[in-house]
Amino acid sequence: MMIKFHETHIEMAHGAGGKASRRLVEGLIAPHLMPETLLLEDAASLAFSGQLVFTSDSFVVKPLRFPGGSIGDLAVNGTVNDLAVSGAEPLALMISLIIEEGLESVVLEHELRAMAQAASKAGVKILGGDTKVVEHGKADGLYISSAGIGRYQENLKLSMERVAPGDKIILSGPIGNHGITILLARGELDLSANLVSDTRSVWPFVKVLAETVPQGLKWMRDPTRGGVASVLNELARDSALGIELEEERIPVHPAVRGACEILGLDPLHIANEGQFLAVVSALEADKALAGLQALAGTEEAQMIGQITEAHSKTVVAKTLYGGARVVDMLVGDPLPRIC
Amino acid sequence: MKYVDEFRNPELIKKTCAEIKRRVDPTRTYRIMEICGGHTHAIYRFGLKDLLPETIEFVHGPGCPVCVLPMARLDEGLSLSENPDVILTAFGDMMRVPGTQGTLLEHKARGRDIRMVYSPLDALKLAETNPERQVIFFAIGFETTAPSTALTLKRARLLGLKNFTVFCNHVVIAPPLKALLDSPDMRLDAFIGPGHVSTVIGCKPYEFIARDYQKPVVVSGFEPLDLLQSVLMIVKQLNQEEARVENQYARAVSWEGNLAAQKAMAETFSLRPRFEWRGLGQIPQSAFAVSEAYSEWDSEKRFAIVKTRTTEPFRARCGEVLQGLIKPNDCPLFANDCHPEHPTGALMVSSEGACAAYYTYVHRQQGVFE
Repeated sequence: MMIKFHETHIEMAHGAGGKASRRLVEGLIAPHLMPETLLLEDAASLAFSGQLVFTSDSFVVKPLRFPGGSIGDLAVNGTVNDLAVSGAEPLALMISLIIEEGLESVVLEHELRAMAQAASKAGVKILGGDTKVVEHGKADGLYISSAGIGRYQENLKLSMERVAPGDKIILSGPIGNHGITILLARGELDLSANLVSDTRSVWPFVKVLAETVPQGLKWMRDPTRGGVASVLNELARDSALGIELEEERIPVHPAVRGACEILGLDPLHIANEGQFLAVVSALEADKALAGLQALAGTEEAQMIGQITEAHSKTVVAKTLYGGARVVDMLVGDPLPRIC
Repeated sequence: MKYVDEFRNPELIKKTCAEIKRRVDPTRTYRIMEICGGHTHAIYRFGLKDLLPETIEFVHGPGCPVCVLPMARLDEGLSLSENPDVILTAFGDMMRVPGTQGTLLEHKARGRDIRMVYSPLDALKLAETNPERQVIFFAIGFETTAPSTALTLKRARLLGLKNFTVFCNHVVIAPPLKALLDSPDMRLDAFIGPGHVSTVIGCKPYEFIARDYQKPVVVSGFEPLDLLQSVLMIVKQLNQEEARVENQYARAVSWEGNLAAQKAMAETFSLRPRFEWRGLGQIPQSAFAVSEAYSEWDSEKRFAIVKTRTTEPFRARCGEVLQGLIKPNDCPLFANDCHPEHPTGALMVSSEGACAAYYTYVHRQQGVFE
């Protein structure tokens, strides 16, 4: 086969299904994403036994590259993490690209390489996908859609119905790094900080947690868009239980805190791409936390609060000096205040 | 973090609260208006009311720029974006404020070229990079944001930009306070002076409140300890029947303010004879227009803006909330037709608006903390 892709920019013809498409897919995309696949077919088939977990996600981040990662990293890790927090070992992904006409091939290649590396690091295979090209001005360079499958870990029983008053809430690490990094990377603010996105697969940590406290682990989620506040509000609402947070225990790096203070944002509303929240029974919570804190990558994990019978459907944060406030979901987009 | 942690120190907060409790005279009222929306937000966010005796009552003042902008001005600004040559730029706070024809965000979604900027200088940059378009900056805010607009106007002149103008809605903090004090319904005992505005204008503009109306004013910072110290200073003044302007926020605010900023404003702006404030009506000499010397960069001069008259939403009582006459939840629309996701009045839009703060931190809390 050995088709080579030499074009410097992506054009409409690369999505038209003809020779140019073939050059793009066989000469650039497949060698990066599916180096072991010899024959490109319309669908992938794989042998499987057990309970399958299936998810999909799409990525439209701007800018495409930012400190600590890029859209390619997000496309792999985002989908891997949805599987992981559902209690599944991530196995394989499908990746679809929507490319804006005029995108430089080196930019695309950078993202293909990022996806290949992220997939290899996360231990998932990319089985296939699709490529479309849209007119100039339509897709901010590159959109990526991904779908993933994973094998549910039979020893786990994750269910919101098992969440009960007294259970503890564990957060895997510092929050807000991704959202604030993106905000600053857009260059619209005259602010800079020594900050990188936290994009990564959380499966290695979830795996250890699942092995440490298979019985006590009841529920997990990754606090992406909308942040920790939105995820916990959903849990409170859907379970009809209350959530009490101890604000000073929530790890937030100084740069994130500083940016949030300046912009009038709440770190609890800021997106993360490499953290997760876990609800663990009170009995096993200390063991779970110690297990995470012993791992490289989740050393800063904290027990940030608990499930309560009181204030059903509401998340409340206690402050250091005895005050308390309701933590609501994010309304609209976080719009920075002006004064 | 420097300058934050010090002012959130639990021990000092507890100590200050205890001292306030010890000093309050149970036989009198302490009705304190925090002028600035940032203070309103902080009072709720940090749960300060829970820490103070009940005799201390906070009345939320008019210091929230988007809250006091009348609908007619929003409609007029929005109408500028009908022109396909125009890029209309505005601060994020403005994007969700409802006019009679909807919000800037809704019109942006339908294809108008409306962009959010973080600084008027970003709007200026847009004008430089889009020479074939007319870039308008929808300027709002008190003397806090007015200096940055002033400097942008000066820069536009320096660059000789022909495609940049400012739709000026900057307002001045002292006149509405005078209007409130002159109102027969006035029932305030003291004021917490705004922190950010005062970094620019200093403390002097509040002297008339102490001198002519015998009400104490304490200019305050925004952290819990700042606000509690300011309350304590007010309690001491009221107990001793004093009325002085004091500066709690001396780490940022000087008595004279920022003279360079004041000079830039004097050069680029002139006071309008009167300006309409949402809920407060027409107030003389309460807003800036772009000055004659800079009229080339004044949207109101460059474009034919159709003056509109609007009425406030039916049954909405924004004006009374703004004047501190009623609490947000006394309005019949509160939490029914007007909530943060679908605001009817502007006070529900900005996190610094009294209604939004009240909704987030009090309404949602009812039944939570007993």
